[in-house]
Amino acid sequence: MTADVGVHAARRLRAPPWLWVPLLIVAAPLLGAAMGETPIPLSTVWQALANQILGAGYALDPIDQGIIWSYRLPRALVAGACGAGLAISGLVLQTLLRNALADPYLLGISAGASTGAVLVVIAGLGGGLVPMSAGALLGALAAFGLVVGLARLSGGGTSARGAAQIVLAGIAGSQLFNALTSFIIARSANAEQARGIMFWLLGNLSGVRWEDVGLALTAVVIAVGTAFWHVRALDAFTFGTQSAASLGVPVGRVQAALVLATAAATAVMVSITGAIGFVGLVVPHAARFLVGSRHARLVPVTALIGMVFLIVADVVARILVPGQTLPIGVVTALIGAPAFAVILVRARCAP
Amino acid sequence: MTLQAHDIGLRVRRRSLLDGIDLTLAPAEILGLIGPNGSGKSTLLRLLAGLVRPDSGQVTLDGRRLDQMPRRQIARRIALVAQNAETADRITVRDAVRLGRTPWLDALRPWSDADEAHVARALARVDLAHLGDRDWSTLSGGERQRAHIARALAQNPQILLLDEPTNHLDIRHQLEVLDLVADLGLSTVIALHDLNQAMRCDRLAVLQHGVLTAIGPPEEVLRADILARVFGVQATVLIDSHDGSRLMRFQPIG
Ligand SMILES: Nc1ncnc2c1ncn2[C@@H]1O[C@H](COP(=O)(O)OP(=O)(O)O)[C@@H](O)[C@H]1O
Ligand SMILES: [Mg+2]
Repeated sequence: MTADVGVHAARRLRAPPWLWVPLLIVAAPLLGAAMGETPIPLSTVWQALANQILGAGYALDPIDQGIIWSYRLPRALVAGACGAGLAISGLVLQTLLRNALADPYLLGISAGASTGAVLVVIAGLGGGLVPMSAGALLGALAAFGLVVGLARLSGGGTSARGAAQIVLAGIAGSQLFNALTSFIIARSANAEQARGIMFWLLGNLSGVRWEDVGLALTAVVIAVGTAFWHVRALDAFTFGTQSAASLGVPVGRVQAALVLATAAATAVMVSITGAIGFVGLVVPHAARFLVGSRHARLVPVTALIGMVFLIVADVVARILVPGQTLPIGVVTALIGAPAFAVILVRARCAP
Repeated sequence: MTLQAHDIGLRVRRRSLLDGIDLTLAPAEILGLIGPNGSGKSTLLRLLAGLVRPDSGQVTLDGRRLDQMPRRQIARRIALVAQNAETADRITVRDAVRLGRTPWLDALRPWSDADEAHVARALARVDLAHLGDRDWSTLSGGERQRAHIARALAQNPQILLLDEPTNHLDIRHQLEVLDLVADLGLSTVIALHDLNQAMRCDRLAVLQHGVLTAIGPPEEVLRADILARVFGVQATVLIDSHDGSRLMRFQPIG
């Protein structure tokens, strides 16, 4: 009902996408930066931005300026990129695997990325020459290969039982990689490192700095761009992989490109923020509910909802407990788990 | 457009699924594929569609090897209606049929009115125009099967491969699908279970344990000795006094 109202309202407004999409992409992080334990007026955010980028010279409290520019804005930008990236990863996995429960977190890809990142940072793999996100990418791809391979071996596929096999394989993969991560930390990290890492593993935006923004935006642009380039191919998977192939889709190449792009996005996000659950699972379902199953609309809408969702989740994480910042993964789980329950129930009620 | 299989074979884990299959699909010919469950009909259709590469031999389209053609080129000429293709996605019937235009579209050639016309024609062809806006999940088995055929027709193919398209259909729609296939004038390979329906094909090919044991006009292939050997049934031919056509009645042997 509410969705219908929303859709009708959007129809009546008839705002063309080229207008409201860029507007939303600019406005969401700015609003995210304005909100917090001490709300800062949007005009101040705007002035701080102008000061920093254009050298506008507005007279602002340097503390406000610092909070906005060095702390909240990069944080909101990374949160938005991360939300869009994880949501697109979930959507692509759900479409390629024909599985409504596919998501980088549930399938153990985030866990694999964590292991790869920890291997580089704590165990010193690559002798300091390999960036953390590259380690995370290797870990993510290893986890994806392991989980899909295990699902295949155990009869996974597009049947109902096969769908369950993929999720079970994902659980096994998550457990394995989480155990490996703990093992590496226990073996190689000192107590202080271990505490920091454990906090990061829960999904955390506290350490985000401007250096991270470029990497996160690059990863999300590549992932969303790759998905957008392949919208027709993604549609062609509606009736399964074989059907896609018989419609002329070069299945192997398309799968490789999409899995690589989304695994890279997941890996980059995990290396910056740790593993954040539920975004990749819930957001694509919400987007489908709003705009249907055709990817030409589903891909951009999923990315946008993911972006807004994580920016909002981060604001909530900052203000929910006064004087304390919750790990964002806690907030996404608090919102995502009930939302997911609704999806499950709705799926049962559907004709 | 001629589709040919040259001595093709396929093995999976040392087990031979298909062996030494030679056949030529002539233009505008309807070739029926019959054989017991598990005899390799679906596998052969997948090979003919270029979805699976044979381990030995080759499939050619107008003399060009299928495994050296880009998928998209194949999909513009050959459409496959597989045996059980299902989806849980929330899509309309028209959206499902629109998928058939995939091989004709790319970044430089986006969706156009001509594509929409192909889709409308395909829907009308299978008598589903009135259900275009219905949700896929609300269709009956027979309607889904016809929608799949419409999707294949939207590909605008010259060759149609149909894997047991009359399954799940009531008798009237079974006959309608067979009439439709006959009217289309496309080269068609159609896997069938009902041997009386198979009699309407131009030629029949009989598969047994992955080997082509007989191929030829229906009256030559549907002989009592072949049916006894391949299907393990005793067949008696009855003549319909109404129009003099042949019918077969089957009983298990032994
Ligand atoms: N991918 C596969 N791997 C192993 N065996 C297969 C595979 N596909 C089909 N088969 C086997 O090949 C045989 C032929 O199957 P199929 O072509 O589906 O037969 P039909 O369509 O005539 O019933 C069956 O015994 C089936 O179990
Ligand atoms: Mg079959």
